Amino acid sequence: MDKYLNKRKNLAYPYVVWSVGFTVIPLIVILRYALLDRTGAFTLSNILAIVDPVNLKALIFSLEIAGGCTLICILLAYPLVLALKRLNFGGRRSTIFILILPMWMNFILKLLAWQMILSSNGILNLVLSRMGIGSIDISNTYISIMIGVVYDYLPYMVLPLYDAVSAIDDDIIEAAEDLGAKKLTVFGRIIFPLSIPGLMSGITMVFVPSMTSFVTADILGGGKLQLVGNIIEQEFIQSMDWNMGAGLSVALMIFVLISMAFTVEKHEQSDRQEETAW
Amino acid sequence: MNKKFCVAVISMVLTGLLLGGCAESPASVSSAPDTLTVFNYGEYMDPDVIEMFTKETGIKIKYEEAVTPEEMYTKYKAGAIQYDLLCTSDYMLKRLIEEGELQEVDFSSFEYKDNIGDKYWEFSKAFDPDNKYTLPYFWGTIGILYDTTKVKEPVHSWDVLFNGEYAGDIIMQNSVRDAFMITEKYLGYSLNTTDKEEIQNTYDTLLKQKPDVEAYLVDEARDEVVAGNAAMAVVYSGEAYLGHEFNENLAYVIPDEGSNVWLDSWGITKNCANKEAASKFLDFLCRDDVALKNFEYIYYLTPNETVKGQLDEELQNDKTLFPDDKETENCEVCTLTDPETNTLLNDLWKELKAN
Repeated sequence: MDKYLNKRKNLAYPYVVWSVGFTVIPLIVILRYALLDRTGAFTLSNILAIVDPVNLKALIFSLEIAGGCTLICILLAYPLVLALKRLNFGGRRSTIFILILPMWMNFILKLLAWQMILSSNGILNLVLSRMGIGSIDISNTYISIMIGVVYDYLPYMVLPLYDAVSAIDDDIIEAAEDLGAKKLTVFGRIIFPLSIPGLMSGITMVFVPSMTSFVTADILGGGKLQLVGNIIEQEFIQSMDWNMGAGLSVALMIFVLISMAFTVEKHEQSDRQEETAW
Repeated sequence: MNKKFCVAVISMVLTGLLLGGCAESPASVSSAPDTLTVFNYGEYMDPDVIEMFTKETGIKIKYEEAVTPEEMYTKYKAGAIQYDLLCTSDYMLKRLIEEGELQEVDFSSFEYKDNIGDKYWEFSKAFDPDNKYTLPYFWGTIGILYDTTKVKEPVHSWDVLFNGEYAGDIIMQNSVRDAFMITEKYLGYSLNTTDKEEIQNTYDTLLKQKPDVEAYLVDEARDEVVAGNAAMAVVYSGEAYLGHEFNENLAYVIPDEGSNVWLDSWGITKNCANKEAASKFLDFLCRDDVALKNFEYIYYLTPNETVKGQLDEELQNDKTLFPDDKETENCEVCTLTDPETNTLLNDLWKELKAN
């Protein structure tokens, strides 16, 4: 038994090397840049620069986009996941496959395709005007950014949610129905609470990346709207001010950590439950 | 299912990293005597040219690429690769010359140096005052590409971008430098201005213009005009030529107030041990047939005056590829390297985007 455990421990080494090399060390480097100014003296100004009006505005816009994106993803994912639960095995597999398929395509390519669909002479407006509805002008606005991030991150909401919902025993749902619960009650009292672990990991995987997807904002927002990611990118690439860029990244990380603190707490509880079940 | 999926994702990421790692890791040894390490922008030289050179001289070329001048500078300064020759842009060359990174080129040993027109040696003086360090390679301008079906009268001034007549139909370049440079020319300032008040006025003009701008784009600027999504875009001359290939109704103009001319030139680094081979390579690039080959690969403006005569008539008369001297009369080369001004411009740019 001991031998087996030791072996299991050894298996973790590649991951340890990986996480130290590609997470811990880079984080230290970023922190170091963030806490120094251009001359190499200690400063907190790079991190505090997040409350500068220009940066704060970008941060608030990022939160709006990320919050909206997460909400829309949740609203789209639940019906899909519930429908998936009813499908037979083959149906589920092909639906999931279709959902994952776009993830194999290059991200920039997908954005460029969306740009062509949404542009003022684009495919969407062509279809709309053929149908006699007339054209709508949503290219280069926050709406098109929102469409872009939802399209990109929806699978990251669906997959964990699907895992959580499909793990719910059908017997429990049947029992509830036998006892007279309506569909809505079943969802509210059984499915939703039991899917919270999946929901939480979905939120983590959608909220954070959609907050900083500066390429989406650049391509679909026409460079007129900036997320906090755009500002960080500009500090690194155009201003060559790595200290400021790193400082803003750290500030963003602190922000994300605070907002995730609640999520993680809930998550741990449910993990514990899962462990005992295992 | 989820586990399998995770494994698949992780292995894909790993493969990507490994492949990326291979491509990135260069031989960090300095060049062998019969090898030159050349540093250039991506897709900025016909690969046949390199093969021809090796065949003719026996000198091997190790070719490295970068995307932006800043990236080149960072890679060069990192010193992992000993570059012998590099091709970069005006203001970056100025910086490298000022920092003593380039060595003088002995142009007297060149056979084909005179193929480069006098005008371009004059342009070079903006960053290389005695023409000692750099050899002009390609050049171009920034101007307005517009759709003649939407813009009725011919454009002569930057004013069309700022007078509100084409609100919502304008694409600007998504770059601090380009946006500020053209607006400075519009207001009659030098594009190398370090005057705070002039820069502030430029910012105010850009801010006033912002509601009229459909988008700030880089590579897609041209495509939006080609596709008819916008009436006009601020683009580089090379892009304009390619845009014209796709849509015949497009015209390109360098406004009368003048614009930026940019110049990409070659220099020999101070690390280069085999200066003779390096000079040979630069001389080779000036040769008639080699210059033509590169021109037909890149289609930017060439400073090599033998190229025009070798082309068919239609191309010779193309004003985008061969602008008159009069058109570039009021144009300026960007030589702005002052860190304080750059910081100010970057801050204002961020503010412009935030508003």
